Amino acid sequence: MSTAAVTDKRPSTLRAASLPKWTPWAIAAGSVALGIGISAAAGLSSKIQWGLIAAVLFVLGTYGIAARVEGRRQAKDRVATSFVWVAFVVAVIPLVSLIWVTIARGVKVLDVYFLTHSMGVVADTEPGGGIYHAIIGSLEQVGLATAIGAPIGVLTAIYLVEYGRGRLAKAVTFFVDVMTGIPSIVAGLFILSLMLIFEMQPFGFAGSLALAILMMPVVVRSTEEMLKLVPNELREASLALGVPKWRTILKVVLPTSIGGITTGIMLAVARIAGETAPVLLLVFGNPFINNNPFEGAQASLPLYIYQQFANSAGSGAAYDRAWAASLTLIAFVMILNLVARGIARWKAPKTGR
Amino acid sequence: MDISTTTDVPPPTPQPTVAQRKRNARGATRPGDRIFLGLTRGSGILLLVIMAAIAAFLTYRAILAINKDHGNFLTTFEWNTNILPPTFGIAVLAFGTIVSSVIAMVIAVPIAVAIALFITHYAPRRMSGPVAYVIDLLAAVPSIVYGLWGALVLVPHMNGLFGWLNDFFGWTGLFSWDEGAPRSMLTVGILLAIMILPIITNVSREVFRQVPQMHEEAALALGATRWEVIRMSVLPFGRSGVISASMLGLGRALGETMAVATVLSPSFDIQASLLNPGGGTFAQNIASKFSEANEFGRDALIASGLILFVITLLVNGAARLIIARRAEYSGANA
Repeated sequence: MSTAAVTDKRPSTLRAASLPKWTPWAIAAGSVALGIGISAAAGLSSKIQWGLIAAVLFVLGTYGIAARVEGRRQAKDRVATSFVWVAFVVAVIPLVSLIWVTIARGVKVLDVYFLTHSMGVVADTEPGGGIYHAIIGSLEQVGLATAIGAPIGVLTAIYLVEYGRGRLAKAVTFFVDVMTGIPSIVAGLFILSLMLIFEMQPFGFAGSLALAILMMPVVVRSTEEMLKLVPNELREASLALGVPKWRTILKVVLPTSIGGITTGIMLAVARIAGETAPVLLLVFGNPFINNNPFEGAQASLPLYIYQQFANSAGSGAAYDRAWAASLTLIAFVMILNLVARGIARWKAPKTGR
Repeated sequence: MDISTTTDVPPPTPQPTVAQRKRNARGATRPGDRIFLGLTRGSGILLLVIMAAIAAFLTYRAILAINKDHGNFLTTFEWNTNILPPTFGIAVLAFGTIVSSVIAMVIAVPIAVAIALFITHYAPRRMSGPVAYVIDLLAAVPSIVYGLWGALVLVPHMNGLFGWLNDFFGWTGLFSWDEGAPRSMLTVGILLAIMILPIITNVSREVFRQVPQMHEEAALALGATRWEVIRMSVLPFGRSGVISASMLGLGRALGETMAVATVLSPSFDIQASLLNPGGGTFAQNIASKFSEANEFGRDALIASGLILFVITLLVNGAARLIIARRAEYSGANA
C-alpha cells in the first residue's frame, strides 16, 4: 500500500508517502561504512572521530532522504528520533567502557589475599598488599554515619509530613533541598574547621560526621516521598480508634512505608560509601589496620583508590590495586542498590491504586 | 506483640470532659505525643542548625585566613600559603570551576534530555525498563571510580580528538593545542558530563513520565508527528523539571572533587585554550593542596571552600525558585 502511494501521486489513500521500516537501519549501516571509509582515507587515528563522523552522516542522511520522500515534518521527526538514538548510544559507550575496564583490570589482583591483608609493610610502588584495612575503615565510618544520619533524617521527614505546617516546616524543607546540593568537600571542610578549633588530629569518626551531614538530606527526601504514599485512610482509621498520633505514626504509618524508607537509607549509604573528599580531609588514610574509629588515622576504600592512584609513581602494581579496590567498591555499592530495590519491590506499600 | 495489642485498644475510659476533648482534637497533648513531636521537630531544627553552623564556622576560619592574605583574595593568580607573607587568591579557581561546569552542562543536558525521551517515548517497551535501570545504577558509581577511569582510560583516548579539534578549530584560540598530555579543562568537562548525565536523565525522565496522556493524545489526534508531540506537549510540560534536573547536575559538577583532581594537571594560571592543561577548580585545589598545607594553609583552603559553598547555595536556591514559580502558573497541574 505504502509503496503504491509513493509512485501514485494522487491522494488515493489517507496515508502519505512513507519510507519502509528498514530505512533507519540501512542509513545507519551506510553512514557507518562511509564514516569508516572517510576516516580511513583521511588517516584519522582516533575512534572517537570515526564515531562522530558516522553519527553526523547518519543524521544528515536521514534528514535528506526523509525530506525528499516524506516531507519536511516527517524528516524533522526522523532526525529527532535518530538524534535520540545517537545520544543514547553515545552515552552508553563510556558507561560500558567504565564497567568493562574496572572488571577486566580489577580481577587481576582481586583474591582472598587482597581482601584480607593491609598495606602495612608494602610500599605503594611494589606488588602485594591488600585492602583489609580500608574495608574495616569504610565499614566503621559508614556504619557510624548511618547510625547518626538515618534516624535524624527519618525523624525530620516524619516531622515534615505528619506535623509540618507553618514557617519552620517551610524553612526545613527549603534547607533540606539546599543541603542536598552541598559538595562533599564542603561538608569535610566544615568538620575540619571544628577540628582546627579544637586542635584534633584526623580520626575515623570525624569522617563519619561529615558523611552523616551528606546523608541526612538524602534520607529526608526519600523518606518524605514514602510517607506521602501512605494513604490517609489508614491514619484516619487508626486515629478514629482513639490511637494517639505518635502511636499511629509508629505502628501504622512507619510499618506501611518501611520498605521504601529502608530503600532510601540504603541508597544513601551507597552514596556516602563512595565519598572520597571528606575522608581525605578528615581521616587522612593509614596503611596499617586501625580498628578504632575514634582515635588515629584510618583508611577507607575510596581514599585507598585515590592514594594508590596518586602515590603510584606510574607503577602498574599500584594501578592494579586501585582497579581491584574500585571493583570491590562498585560491587559493594551495586549490591546495596540491588538489595534496596529488592526490598522496595517486596515491601511496596499497597496503596490500592 | 502482646503489649501492643493490649495497649492499642483503649480501655473503656470515663467520658472525657469537654476541655479534654478539645485538647485531644488539637493533638499533641498526651505526653507520648509531646515527646514524639519534640523529637521530630528537634531533628528538623538540628538540620537548620547544621546548615547555620556550616556557614558560621567556614566564615570564621575564612576570615582568619583572608585577613592575613598579602594579595587580593579575589584577583590574585597565586596560591602560596606556606611562605611569608602568604599570598593566595581564587581567581583561577573560580574561572576553572565555571569553565569546567559549563562544558559539562553543554554536553550533558541535551544528551540527558534525549536519553530521558528515549526511555519514556522512543525505546521499545521491553528495552526502556533495563535502560532506566542501568542509568540508575550508573548514578551510584562512586566519583573516585570515574576519576580513576578518566585518568587512565579517557585521557589517553582524548589525544586523537584534541588533534582533530586543533586542526579544524585551532584558529579560534579556544581549541589550540600544544600537544601536551590532554589533562585539560575540556577533558575534565567531558568527564563531568558523563558523571552528571545519570542525575539529569533520572529527574527529567520522572517529569516526562508525568506528562498527561491527554495532552499527547490530543496532539497525536491533530496529526502531529512524534517529534511535534514532544515539542508541543512533553517539553513544555517538563521544562521546569529539566531546569531543576540541570541545576542538580550543575551543583554536582561544581563541587566534584576527586574526578577533577585525578584528571586535571593543575597550574595557577588561566589558559585561553580548553585543550592545554592548566587551571584548577575549588574542590580540586582543596584536595590536592591539602596534604602539604599547614594550619594557615588549611584556613585558606576553607576560605576557598566557603566561596564554593556560597556558589552552590545560590545555584540550588535559584533552581528552587524557578521550580516554585513555574509550578504556580503552569497549567500542568490538571
